[in-house]
Amino acid sequence: MSGAALTGGKGHLLSDTLAAAKAEGRSALIAYLPAGFPTVDGGIEAIKAVFDGGADVVEVGLPHSDPVLDGPVIQTADDIALRGGVRIADVVRTVREAHEATGKPVLVMTYWNPIDRYGVERFTAELAEAGGAGCILPDLPVQESVLWREHADKHGLATVFVVAPSSKDERLAEITAAGSGFVYAASLMGVTGTRESVGAQAEDLVRRTRATGTDLPVCVGLGVSNRAQAAEVARFADGVIVGSAFVKRMLDAPDRVAGLAAVRELAGELASGVRGQA
Amino acid sequence: MPSEFFIPDPEGRVPSADGYFGAYGGKFIPEALVAAVDEVAVEYDKAKGDPEFARELDDLLVNYTGRPSALTEVPRFAEHAGGARVFLKREDLNHTGSHKINNVLGQALLTKRMGKTRVIAETGAGQHGVATATACALFGLECTIYMGEIDTQRQALNVARMRMLGAEVVAVKSGSRTLKDAINEAFRDWVANVDHTHYLFGTVAGPHPFPAMVRDFHRVIGVEARRQLLERAGRLPDAAVACVGGGSNAIGLFHAFIPDEGVRLIGCEPAGHGVETGEHAATLTAGEPGVLHGSRSYVLQDDEGQITEPYSISAGLDYPGIGPEHSYLKDSGRGEYRAITDDAAMQALRLLSRTEGIIPAIESAHALAGALEVGRELGPDGLIVVNLSGRGDKDMDTAARYFGLYDTDAEVAADEAATAEIEGDAK
Repeated sequence: MSGAALTGGKGHLLSDTLAAAKAEGRSALIAYLPAGFPTVDGGIEAIKAVFDGGADVVEVGLPHSDPVLDGPVIQTADDIALRGGVRIADVVRTVREAHEATGKPVLVMTYWNPIDRYGVERFTAELAEAGGAGCILPDLPVQESVLWREHADKHGLATVFVVAPSSKDERLAEITAAGSGFVYAASLMGVTGTRESVGAQAEDLVRRTRATGTDLPVCVGLGVSNRAQAAEVARFADGVIVGSAFVKRMLDAPDRVAGLAAVRELAGELASGVRGQA
Repeated sequence: MPSEFFIPDPEGRVPSADGYFGAYGGKFIPEALVAAVDEVAVEYDKAKGDPEFARELDDLLVNYTGRPSALTEVPRFAEHAGGARVFLKREDLNHTGSHKINNVLGQALLTKRMGKTRVIAETGAGQHGVATATACALFGLECTIYMGEIDTQRQALNVARMRMLGAEVVAVKSGSRTLKDAINEAFRDWVANVDHTHYLFGTVAGPHPFPAMVRDFHRVIGVEARRQLLERAGRLPDAAVACVGGGSNAIGLFHAFIPDEGVRLIGCEPAGHGVETGEHAATLTAGEPGVLHGSRSYVLQDDEGQITEPYSISAGLDYPGIGPEHSYLKDSGRGEYRAITDDAAMQALRLLSRTEGIIPAIESAHALAGALEVGRELGPDGLIVVNLSGRGDKDMDTAARYFGLYDTDAEVAADEAATAEIEGDAK
């Protein structure tokens, strides 16, 4: 590590960014894109384009061979990235370049085994040094997360936990007490992917999560793909998380330039959505 | 009255309350499934203490499955095993043709108790899928089975059986298109449909309580075998041998023998084309600890935690993970695990067929090949029990192609010559 300024993770930047959106009286837009898709450099360009279009926060996916919580769109992107030979060093570089170019908070989202295998201390140190803001680990429940949180806290990284419509109130209390950055509220019971509508379950879950008394922002993900849905969710959530819709725009684009334009445009639409402009 | 056939671990040694067998096990699942998995644990605990549950399950195990299963001594086969005495625990004679029905009936009763109306399951060779489809037909439950596309091809007979029983069979086209990917897809289904669906997991892996619960439903295998051997051979065996994919039939045989320190517990993993070729599914021999499908255990993976694609001629063993209790037995030294190649398993399959008139599943043939090795190591005083976990009907197409048994194959003649070699081995 080259200097004191680079040793701390940017968990605080994530909190500040979400607080600033709230101060503006709006929801934040949180976008997801996998690293290494379609290539490492192409993925970095896509993240910059999404920030440029109006995203407040980006989650970088660390592709995994067995993405059990992802639907076909993100599975396809992960597959392309893994066949392209993406490594954890590439993911860390993606975080670094995306953060350095924009000054915005960049998280990693992945499954537990890659981090477990790489080494928790090694991963958290490298992510923090690269300017990462934290991690979302959807298959690491709060009870199994003690070691992770110890290292994440030490390096100034946020630990974002997922809550689901099936979570009982006492679990919501445990999860909000252990988490940092924000709470990821899954809008419905299912895997990632775009949906026609985001059900009423989401609003109820946000209400129940806030009822724990947590200070953490509650952001809603799963199923959101367009401006109208973003505006609807923004009425009751502190942030709107969109993943598969961005990936799908990239997959459907005829070439790299068109893909970048498409994700920038979608970020713009969603950014106006989170500002209540349906 | 205590159950005769449903015999959960009376000692309750492992797992711990949070599902750990030493360093292995646990519950690495998405938040959306936490409530459902907890419900399974609570309902299973209640069922374990409920005489009515034991009575219902006993009745099914006796009058539907056909328990107790036979213990068959195989002296002509044993001539090739260094002259050791070899007994087979005949789980192949259970209704549906494998050990899988023991666990399936237990979990199907649990499904009813939880008030769920739909069951999903993964299957590799199709034996767990067939058993699940069978129980769903019996109990009037809706049934969807996930099976890797490659496995639907090599186990086409079992696909037809499942459909005949009224199940929907989904061919999974992602990843390596085998058992691992079928499990991924079943988890995706479960997350979306958990309110009315039970995931009837087929092996001793997955999140707590599945490794302990599935083990308990199969524990009857070893309990019966131990009693039968004491009656028939007058002593405990020197070794209990079973094949391991996820590890359910092996833990079922091993578990009752764990306190018997003189009984070696030997698991036979699929070495495929040979562990050194990289084309294998020998998780305990060549894997490293990691997290896959909800628990920590040995896993076949690369240096960055990506799961590597397994290979075995046997669809039921073609899996890059292993139940956490096996990892615990390996590390503690109580269990021994060895790797058996495709070729050794296929030779053992033919040998048992021709010496004893029993055609085993390719999965079980790995255990038979292991028993041949162990018998030669033990010598003529040795006593071995092998879990014959399934019958080979489903494998006839694979075997026919391997040995050239179809009339169109010129290799039939070569096969005759090979028979002579097998007979010669004993001399």
